[in-house]
Amino acid sequence: MSHDTLLWRVAPPILRSARRPQRVVERNAIVYRRTPMVLISGFFEPLFYLLSIRIGFGALVGDVDFAGRSIDYAEFVAPALMASSAMNGAVYDSTMNIFFKLRYSKTYDAMLASPLGAADVALGEIAWAMLRGFVYSISFLVCLAALGMAGSWWILASLPACLLIGLAFASVGMALTTYMRSWADFDWVPAITLPLFLFSATFYPLSSYGGLAWIVQLSPLYHGVALVRGASLGVASWGMFVHVGVLLALATVGLSVAARRVETLLLK
Amino acid sequence: MTVNEQPAIRAKSLTKKFGDFEAVRGIDVEVRPGESFGFLGPNGAGKSSTMRMIAGVSPVTSGTLEIFGLNPATHGSEIRNRLGVVPQADNLDGELTLLDNLIVYGRYFDIPRAECVARAKELLDFVQLSERSSGRVESLSGGMKRRLTIARGLMNRPEMFLLDEPTTGLDPQARHILWDRLYRLKQQGVTLVLTTHYMDEAEQLCDRLVVMDAGRIVAEGSPRELITRYSTREVLELRFGAGSNAEHEGRLLGVGDRLEVLADRVLVYADDGESALHEVHTRGLQPESSLVRRSSLEDVFLRLTGRSLEE
Repeated sequence: MSHDTLLWRVAPPILRSARRPQRVVERNAIVYRRTPMVLISGFFEPLFYLLSIRIGFGALVGDVDFAGRSIDYAEFVAPALMASSAMNGAVYDSTMNIFFKLRYSKTYDAMLASPLGAADVALGEIAWAMLRGFVYSISFLVCLAALGMAGSWWILASLPACLLIGLAFASVGMALTTYMRSWADFDWVPAITLPLFLFSATFYPLSSYGGLAWIVQLSPLYHGVALVRGASLGVASWGMFVHVGVLLALATVGLSVAARRVETLLLK
Repeated sequence: MTVNEQPAIRAKSLTKKFGDFEAVRGIDVEVRPGESFGFLGPNGAGKSSTMRMIAGVSPVTSGTLEIFGLNPATHGSEIRNRLGVVPQADNLDGELTLLDNLIVYGRYFDIPRAECVARAKELLDFVQLSERSSGRVESLSGGMKRRLTIARGLMNRPEMFLLDEPTTGLDPQARHILWDRLYRLKQQGVTLVLTTHYMDEAEQLCDRLVVMDAGRIVAEGSPRELITRYSTREVLELRFGAGSNAEHEGRLLGVGDRLEVLADRVLVYADDGESALHEVHTRGLQPESSLVRRSSLEDVFLRLTGRSLEE
């Protein structure tokens, strides 16, 4: 990592001790080289939702008003599902997989005996989880295109937003995973991600929530959905800076906590 | 070369605490480059805690520690770059093949991929695991896993190789293969630092060692020196049958230099074991069995701590 970039200078101190987190990513890539299909096992869920909406639900709902224009319901929901797929991929990898490596397989102990440090482990694993979420998003996008639902080329602009969603959820996911004591604690994961999936202005616009809209805005996924939807429909607004800011802040806090916790748990 | 004039390890009043428990209680150690150095002691003596601090994966509680003249707290990464580590518990990567275990580990040291592949093949050969290179770690026996861990620790061509109980739990044949490989490394000039609770291992591999007990160093020297200082040339082992060893202590007084009564046998320390045995027979004692052997580090340990090492 270059020491004079802006990112380097604004990074929290513990992350600045990272040397080569890309080696952790490389290790995971070698593991999954043999079983690539496992990587996308979780992307089907949003796809099934998409199909159900396209087949019947959309006809019942009709069109939706978005940013002053009327769009097809499926067109409204598709970007939100794409955002959710980025979240799912990142969360799958940063919770179960990381817990196993942290508590059982001792993968990180071996890494920490090398020049790599806690920050490399955290950054590398989170980057990997983010990429996994990105693979989900791209697969989802390919399905959209195949169904003729990709809309305009603007949809490509939503891919960076998906990366950001993956980064934020992977960071927070790994940070929380370091506090988990047993597999039973993982029952909380769907208890958190399911409501996020359902109530992040995914299936209906923020205005439908009325007085509860502020709660929706607390959801990290809401900010992700807003970004992906805006980008894929080619609607830019100043509010997007807020969405990016929220996701970046979550990522920074999650990354720092994760690195610090790996240090506390393994470098005793 | 100025680099080689630095001690490989220099510890002063090195202490490690876990909460209220003091695992290492202020030890002083200095290891020269190229030396084979051992920490000998029973479980819980503080050997592993010391090794983890030396390996740069455990912060020092107090005292000073320098590895290659560097402080692990500030230069951990640089130090680890020059170390090879074989931890007590295997932490091989179960999701990778044997060959990939070595390649991926080499990549953590930023060694170019092609070089990693070449070294990995060479090292699998060195530890006699070449024919299993595409196999999985879980299919290996304990001894094979240890050999693979040793190969992994050598990927970065370390200046110093740290081994925490390298042969615990291995059968004699596997131990001898390991000893042979470690001896070759020693001949190549690699600094070896190992912990063990096996005396024969320490005698075979260590130029110099410290005996640790309850977090402290209780003796230091070469295996030969320690035996000369703390024991006699020979030891006569007498067995009088279960439960009756202690009764014979009184009648054995004066035979040899010193007696040690254990649950299953009596040890008579004497420079001439045969004449001590003759004296025992002269006194009309009839042990069920007797054995004259050379003194070992076990005797040194027994003398220093009053306890047996392998119990």
